[in-house]
Amino acid sequence: MWRSAFVLIIIIGLSLLSPLLTDYDPLKTNTDQLNQPPSGEHLLGTDLLGRDVLSRLLYGGQRSLWVTSLAALVAVLPGLCLGLLAGWFGGWVDRGIMTAVHTLLAFPALLLALICLTLFGRGPVPLALATGLAQMAGYVSVVRTTVIGARTQMYVEVAQSVGAADGWILMHHILPNVRETVLAFAGVVFSYSLLNSAALSFLGLGGEPGVPDWGVMLAESRMAFRVAPWVSIAPGLAITLTVMAVNRLADQVGRPPRT
Amino acid sequence: MLMAGSRCLPIQAGLDRNDDVLRRLGQGAVTVWLAATLAFLALRVLPGDAIETQLVFSGAGAEVLAERRAVLGLDAPLQVQYTQFIGGLLVGELGYSLQDGQSVMLKISQQIVPTATLALSALVFAVFLGISLGIAVEIRVGWGVSWLARLVTDLALSTPIYWTGTLAIYLFTVWLGILPSAGAGTVNHLVLPVTVLGFHTAGAIARVTAANLREVLLASYVRTAYAKGLPGRAVLLRHILPSALPPVIAVIALQAGFLLSGTVITESLFVRPGIGRLLLDSVLRQDYPVVQGVVVFSAVVYVALSLAADVLYRLLDPRVTIA
Repeated sequence: MWRSAFVLIIIIGLSLLSPLLTDYDPLKTNTDQLNQPPSGEHLLGTDLLGRDVLSRLLYGGQRSLWVTSLAALVAVLPGLCLGLLAGWFGGWVDRGIMTAVHTLLAFPALLLALICLTLFGRGPVPLALATGLAQMAGYVSVVRTTVIGARTQMYVEVAQSVGAADGWILMHHILPNVRETVLAFAGVVFSYSLLNSAALSFLGLGGEPGVPDWGVMLAESRMAFRVAPWVSIAPGLAITLTVMAVNRLADQVGRPPRT
Repeated sequence: MLMAGSRCLPIQAGLDRNDDVLRRLGQGAVTVWLAATLAFLALRVLPGDAIETQLVFSGAGAEVLAERRAVLGLDAPLQVQYTQFIGGLLVGELGYSLQDGQSVMLKISQQIVPTATLALSALVFAVFLGISLGIAVEIRVGWGVSWLARLVTDLALSTPIYWTGTLAIYLFTVWLGILPSAGAGTVNHLVLPVTVLGFHTAGAIARVTAANLREVLLASYVRTAYAKGLPGRAVLLRHILPSALPPVIAVIALQAGFLLSGTVITESLFVRPGIGRLLLDSVLRQDYPVVQGVVVFSAVVYVALSLAADVLYRLLDPRVTIA
């Protein structure tokens, strides 16, 4: 667990500190140094426009991690509220929410993303909406199932029998008991958001001109893969490492302690 | 009595097991209708329309655009267009493409073949790989085997498919030159996309298989089976897998739904035709009837698969009987 947390902190720290770690401008093209392999001068080489790959990787991390965190929030915050409501109240509240959830799950995620991007334009917020909304439905179902499991526990019945209000029970009895699952699945949502937002960039839908981003780097690197494979390896490994660390962390948080 | 045990998957949460199949079909119809309505409304909210997209560079004047719209019925009030769309749905008619006048049903059925070929082959591969990986992670054969299986599972879940796909294309097509990377039609064209897509789909299946196995392994009947001296293989086949695998069906069904609705990334990467590409192209051209048709198709696939998964689960789980 600590290993995954450590890896994550390193990745976040590196991208936040990128101005201190590299002197290269991630946007500056250099026609004398196209597709240079890694060297002392450019630790990770240069890309097809002669830009320094390391600086693009570091600055790109800022943007990718920011968009992904926003997307996870878009999925998790409303998802948590709706899941709590559906699981706790049951009846028509549950039926209404679950009908919406099934509709969202049945709706092609790509179309949802395209609609968001067309309506709200380019930028971190539309991209986060485009990836986050598609994940919300799944999050609602997970929270709902967990809450239903917790609702039937004895301590909830006891709280109800002594006259505790619904809101009190939700905040003090249900939420603490579903915390692990809710947190763990938020990690899974984060992972998918990173992969999916990069996928939109790959399709040419997510990126913005002039903003380095791991997904955009991967998409661009395909054009020159034969002469400069290192341009593709760096962002690919960055995404893989981040997702793997988050998944392992989520796995540890969500697994009940062995008795 | 039906038991939805604690290891009931989150994914299955929406499936209330007490419902009878008829009611589920009714709910499914509502889901399809709502998804279709959402698509109808969303498309009309987007700026521009198909005629503008088609003729924007042709220099055609406003009256020409208006005439084209009138011919295609796009100038009718929204409620008239909506009634036509839903009315058509009820009799199984999806309308005609604004792009080339082809029947939407025909367009979709043409794209189903490559999508289904890819999806089903990838799914079969993913089920075998995923379940084997899940078993290898949890059943201790040797430390190295579990460690390797876990690493492969993690990689399947965390590497972007457009990256592994690119790497695979360069390894097998560009450098080794043994497999084609683009197009469809022959078995050789399927090898790379099926392997790449199947590998990533296997990750989710392996994860759920391992999680279920972990719980079943702690159950007292498994300890009893070991205690009475049954050989390990018999315990695995007769006691562990029959309880651990049925919940995996839900994940397989969900993945099948994703795959059948078109995996636009895989299709773009390997330059294959398919439902995903059809959807992307139609949205960009604002070809409303085709987009609506694909949404209806995806929704029907989703509903049908979740129902099928539920029925299969009831048939296979030794503890769940049909009430």
